[in-house]
This record gives sequence, C-alpha cells and structure tokens, in this order.
Amino acid sequence: MTISIRTLGFSAFLIGAAGAVSAAECIAPANPGGGWDFTCRQIGKILHEIGQESAPVQVTNMAGGGGGLAYSHVVNERNDDADLIVAASSATATRLAQNAYAGMTADQVRFVGAIGIDPGVIAVAADSPYMSLKDLVDAALADPGSVAFGGGSAVGGFDHLKPLMILKAAGLEDITMIKYIGLDGGADAVTQTVGGFTQAMTGDISEIVGFLKAGEVRALAVLTEERVPGFDDIPTAKEQGYDVVAGNWRGLYVPRGISDDQFHAWADKLQAVADSDAWAEAMAANGLAPFTMVGDDFQGYIDGLIADINQMSRDIGVIQ
Amino acid sequence: MDVFANLAMGFGIAFSPFTLMLAVVGCFLGTIIGALPGLGPSNGVAILIPITFTLGLDATSALVLMTSVYYGAMYGGRISSILLNIPGDEPALMTTLDGYPMAKAGRAGDALVLSGVASFVGALLATMGLMFLAPLLSRIAYQFGPAEYFALYLLAFCTLGGIASNNQAKAAIASCIGLGIAMIGLDNQSGMPRLTFGHLHLMDGVDFLVAIVGLFAVAEVFFFIESHGKDTSIGVKLEKVTIPWRDIFATRWTMLRSTVIGFIAGVLPGAGASLGSFLAYMSEKTIAGEKGGFGTGVAKGVAAPEAGNNAAAGGALVPMLTLGVPGSGTTAVLLALLMTLNITPGPTLFTDRPEVVWGLIASLLIANFVLLLMNVPLVKIFVRVLQVPPWVLLPGVTMISFVGIFSLSGSYFDLLLMVGFGVLGYVLRKLDVPTVPIILGILLGNHMEDSLRRAMVLSGGDWTYLFSSAIAIGLWIAAVAGFVAPMFLRKVLKKPQRVTD
Repeated sequence: MTISIRTLGFSAFLIGAAGAVSAAECIAPANPGGGWDFTCRQIGKILHEIGQESAPVQVTNMAGGGGGLAYSHVVNERNDDADLIVAASSATATRLAQNAYAGMTADQVRFVGAIGIDPGVIAVAADSPYMSLKDLVDAALADPGSVAFGGGSAVGGFDHLKPLMILKAAGLEDITMIKYIGLDGGADAVTQTVGGFTQAMTGDISEIVGFLKAGEVRALAVLTEERVPGFDDIPTAKEQGYDVVAGNWRGLYVPRGISDDQFHAWADKLQAVADSDAWAEAMAANGLAPFTMVGDDFQGYIDGLIADINQMSRDIGVIQ
Repeated sequence: MDVFANLAMGFGIAFSPFTLMLAVVGCFLGTIIGALPGLGPSNGVAILIPITFTLGLDATSALVLMTSVYYGAMYGGRISSILLNIPGDEPALMTTLDGYPMAKAGRAGDALVLSGVASFVGALLATMGLMFLAPLLSRIAYQFGPAEYFALYLLAFCTLGGIASNNQAKAAIASCIGLGIAMIGLDNQSGMPRLTFGHLHLMDGVDFLVAIVGLFAVAEVFFFIESHGKDTSIGVKLEKVTIPWRDIFATRWTMLRSTVIGFIAGVLPGAGASLGSFLAYMSEKTIAGEKGGFGTGVAKGVAAPEAGNNAAAGGALVPMLTLGVPGSGTTAVLLALLMTLNITPGPTLFTDRPEVVWGLIASLLIANFVLLLMNVPLVKIFVRVLQVPPWVLLPGVTMISFVGIFSLSGSYFDLLLMVGFGVLGYVLRKLDVPTVPIILGILLGNHMEDSLRRAMVLSGGDWTYLFSSAIAIGLWIAAVAGFVAPMFLRKVLKKPQRVTD
C-alpha cells in the first residue's frame, strides 16, 4: 500500500536522540522518492563532498499538506534557524500563489535559489494517433472532451496548468472543458496513458525518461525556450507555435528571520553546488536541465512567478 | 538461457562474503522489526536507509541490505500476529485470524513453523516469478485503468463481510467507518481539504500506522487494564518447536495457490502485500467452504496469508523495478533509496544496470534460505523478544507504539489520535464490531475513491464506464458473489469463533 512511507523522520529522530553535533538540516516537505526528497539528498550530499559543509547534511522528511506542514513549521518554529534549508520547487510557488498553505504567504520565507529545472513535457503513448502537439491541440479544439490528460499533480496543480496554458495559447475559450485526472505521480500517469485510459500525459521530463528509452511513449513537446540537451529530438512547444514555457525548478528556501549575511552564505553554497561536477552528473542522470539563479535575483523571479500563476489560476477558475 | 547467465552473474556478486554478511544482518534486523508491533517493513527500511549512507555502501550492497530487511520484516510480522494477536506489520493482519486461535489451542510452535514455511514458499516462488516474469508482468499495469482498480477495491470490500465477522451488517458498518476516516485530508482530485477543521496535521489524512497501532496495540492495553492482568489474551505459551510435517504437506496446494494470488496482487501498483494476504486468505476460505473452519485456528488459515503476503512482497518489486511505480508502501521507500543512489528504475533498468537487478535477485534467493533457517529452527530467539510477561511487554509495546508513531511525524497530535483509535477499538470490540474492515477501509478508501472519480471524469459521468472491460466485469461479478454468497451459506455454516476474541 502506498501508505505509511513518511517514516524517514524516524531516522532523524534517532540521530537527534543520539545528540549528534549540530549539522545543517535540509527539510524535504514530502515523502521519500519525490523531487523535494531528491533536492535535499543530492544538495546535502554534494555540499558535504565539496567541503562546503563539514558534517553531512541531515535530511528530514516532513510530509503534509503538500508542503504546507513544513512551511508552517519553518515560519512558526524555526524562523531564525540559520542551519536550516528547505527544498522547494514550482509546486511550492503554485501552492503559495493559490493560497493553499492556509493563509501563509511567500514573503514569510526567503527563496535562496534554484539550480536545475525539470522541463515540462507533453507525451502520448507510442501507438497514439497524435504525431505532433498540433494534432493533439487540434483534436482538443474540435472536441474538448475527446482528449483527457493524466498528470502527477492534483487538479489545479502545475501539471494540470501546463496543457491548459497550451490550449489557451491555441485559442480554446472554455478550458474547463478539458478532462484531467490527477494520479499518484508521473509514472502512474504514463502507465494510464500507455494503457489508453488517458490520451496524453502532462508532467516533467524526468518522469518519462525510462519510458522514452523503452519506446513506450512519444514526447510531443518540451516546454522550454530551447530544446533540452540530451533530448534534442523533442521539439519545443514554442517552435510548434504555442508560446508556453513551464518547468519544475529545483531549489531551496530558508527561514525569513536569518541575517542577510547568512542568506548570502547559503546563496554562495548553492552556487558552489551548481558549479560542481557531481551536480552536473546528478542532473544528467535525472533529466534535469541547467537553470541556475541564486540570491536576490531568484527572490525577484519567485515574486513574478507567483503573480503569474495567481492570475492564471483565476482565469481557469481554480481560485476565486 | 539468458536468465541463467544473468543469474550466474548475480550470484557472482551476491556470494561475496561482505554481501552475504549484509544479507544475514538484514534478515535478522528485518525479522525483529517485523515482529515488534507498530514497526513494519516500511519503517524498518526507512530507519536503516541513513545507515547505508553512513557505511558508504555501493548501490548493490545497499539494495541487498534493504531488501533483506524488507523480506525479513515480512517473515517477522507473523510472530506477534500468532503469539499476541497484534499484527507485527500491516500485511500480517490476516495471519491473526487463524494464527492466534491456533496458538491459544496450544499449537503456537506449529503455527510459527507452518507460517515460516509458508512464508518461505511464497517468497521463494515470488522471487523466481520476479526473475522470469518481470519484463512480461510489467505489462499488466497497462490493463488496469480507473474502472478496473475500482472494481478490484470493491471486490476487497465485498468479500470482507465473510471473513472478519459473523455479521455482515457489522462488517459493513466497520468498512464504512474505515472509508469515512479515509476521506479525511486533501481531496486528491480537487486539492480541497475535507474534514480537517483547518488543522494542518489532518491535511494528509490519518496515517495508517496510527490507526492500526491504536486499534490493535492500544486497545489491547485497555483490555489488559480492564482485566487487571488476569485472563489476558497475551502470553501464549510456546513449548517445544517441532516441525508439523503433516500440516505442511496438507497445505501444499494452499501455499501454491496463495503464492500465485499474492504475487499478482503484489504486481498491481498500489495494492501490495496487505491485499495479497487478504485475497489469499479469502480465496482459501472460499475453497475450503464451511467445513474448512477458517477463523478457528486451522493450518490453511495460517499458511494462506503468509504465503500470500510474502509472495506479494516479491511481486511488489516487479512494478518498482520495471516501471518505477511502487507496488506497496515499502517499495516506495526502496524506490527513494534507488533514486538517491542515482538509479532510475524503469523499463530500461534490466538492460542498463543488470548487475544491480541480478545481484538483487540472487541476494533475495539467498536471503530466503537464511530467513527459513532463522524463522524455523531459530524462531525461539525472536519469540523470546516477545515472550516476556504481559506486565512488562504491554508497557513496552505501548512505549514502542508511542515512540514509533511520534517518529513518523514528530507531532503529539498523532499520539492523541492513536489513543483515540485505541478507545474506538476498545468500544467496537465491546460491541462485537470487527476492527479489520476499518483498517482495510482506511487502507483502500482513498485509492477506491480516486479510481471512481477518475473513472467518472474520463467517462464524463457515465456509470456504464465502470463495466466497460472484461477485467472490470469479472471483478464485479466476483465482488457481488463474494458479498452475497456467505449470507446463504451462513445457515449451513457452523459459527466460527469470533476473530477478535
């Protein structure tokens, strides 16, 4: 059963109980296995390997409320903890923009930076009649009920927004007509699409890498400015005439209450990770594309992103 | 044949002294973790993941250690099911139904050995199945869409009435309580919180472990307090352990059938070991009919769920390795381990990293023999862990329960919730309402609801979509038959002993 896997905290408990030396801690606001967990574990590992942290970074999984529990924990209980970093991604920004963290807002923490992006992708089964993004979009325009999308996020989540953005760009008025089912992760969404239960899958490239290699799915479009290195045969949505760019960046936030020096120290450390060979390898192995933005630049990017998502969510009626 | 060449390579990796030692250590730790109530395979694997990094283990070694713990916990779970009537982990739930009555009848040793052998048969055959069928079986997942999953979960609920209670109405009520509890938390389809009262801790719903530890362990403590330590159900005596050849021989077909059922249940993503042991027990109960005496401590009732859940544990590795879709909670934790080790499970894993896959399979085969040795001749070592007087054991269980639950989320809220479940379990048992369906309701409720709602979204609200494939129709027929048949059989059926008794 897919229950009770949020038990990694137990290890943190054991380490804590043993009175380990004060080491930096990275909170992954989800169960092991997802993107946030990956962010914490890889960044934590590399920080230690390249000598930026003397002790291994301790990873704590704190699943709950789609990241809301960890957010609330940081805001309310750890607001001045300079040894704390928390994994964040586009999903964090989406939920903050949609007010899904029980009234908490983006300005209650500081966003340190992002050091990689998982490009958005639209894929169909290998035997699907849709050969290009245009085929799929035309079918959806002709009969919005005929194309159902499967994705790894809940209704209104980032995976749901991606195809809606494309269809909106293509001129579909009533985007609420498009069927979307939220599954337990991208792999499930691929399985349902290959099985023919949904017509297309919306997710991130990393979620379909294995299936692409095995020839189970065909990627119709990647949602980036340029084609993604290593996936050069997948056209971008932009070159097919739909100007949509959406990716799931991987980054960190820290508590609001730390000093500017401490904030910039984390930004520098993150930059060092971004520049390391180990991170380049980890990105290549997991289908991430380079996307480095740290410090104050990133905070500005987040503010803009949240405003955009908020507007889009209003347009599609996910929030009032 | 390719399989054997690959397997030879796998054994080449697995037979290094270091890897063998890891397998033995993993099996030992796993069995203890499985045997202790509240600590299940998923906690066990999760607790040990940091150790693999501290030791600097490479991918293969880390996987060998973790899967040995996983298999070991599947074996160990039965020990407390049989001796204490508290499942050591979730999949061992069904083993309590016949294992505990058998132990009360003075056959604890027989029950342990028999279930140990059944575990061995299930796990060994499932590992072989994993080896030969993994590439083929991974295709099954493509046949199961929302309608098929919904019918599958419905089947599980419909057949519940027959097993957990004499009274189908009470079992149905219990299922509904379980389903109701499962509704707490974020609505997966809309992201809206339900029944959370604005409480962030309830956003993710009620953790299965909190419920099971409350309903079983804490409720047990309440009963113990009520009886002032006399007349307690805890502390079944284990005298000499002999091998019940006759029972093992008599249950050979049960073990084989249960292995097949468990393995298939394990392969289905999201189903896992609990459903495997449940379906195995149910089908054996149906085959045995009213004369089978299931629920009164019969050998087949012990062999079926253990063969089933161990086979499912092997089966759950199939979608995890071949699709990257975990088949159970524990395989989800294993998946996390793989990804941290920079191994991306998926259809290409078998060709890209053969040393990892075949080293793992070979280690699993070895681990099985180690576990058979530990769990049959040496079972007394583990029993000793549990065979302390109730006035020591129960506070100990309580403490482990509290520590274990607190460690999940680090919140006292879960502790309160657990005590609440303890009270609920106590009251329900007084009212003769079975608690097993509640657990299954919490376990399957969300998956079932999600499947139904996805089916409705895809079909635009057309309910006939639910019967749109042969697989779905077959499951529906089995579900209706499973619910209705026991009502007619009941008159002929001699009332079996109540399970929670």
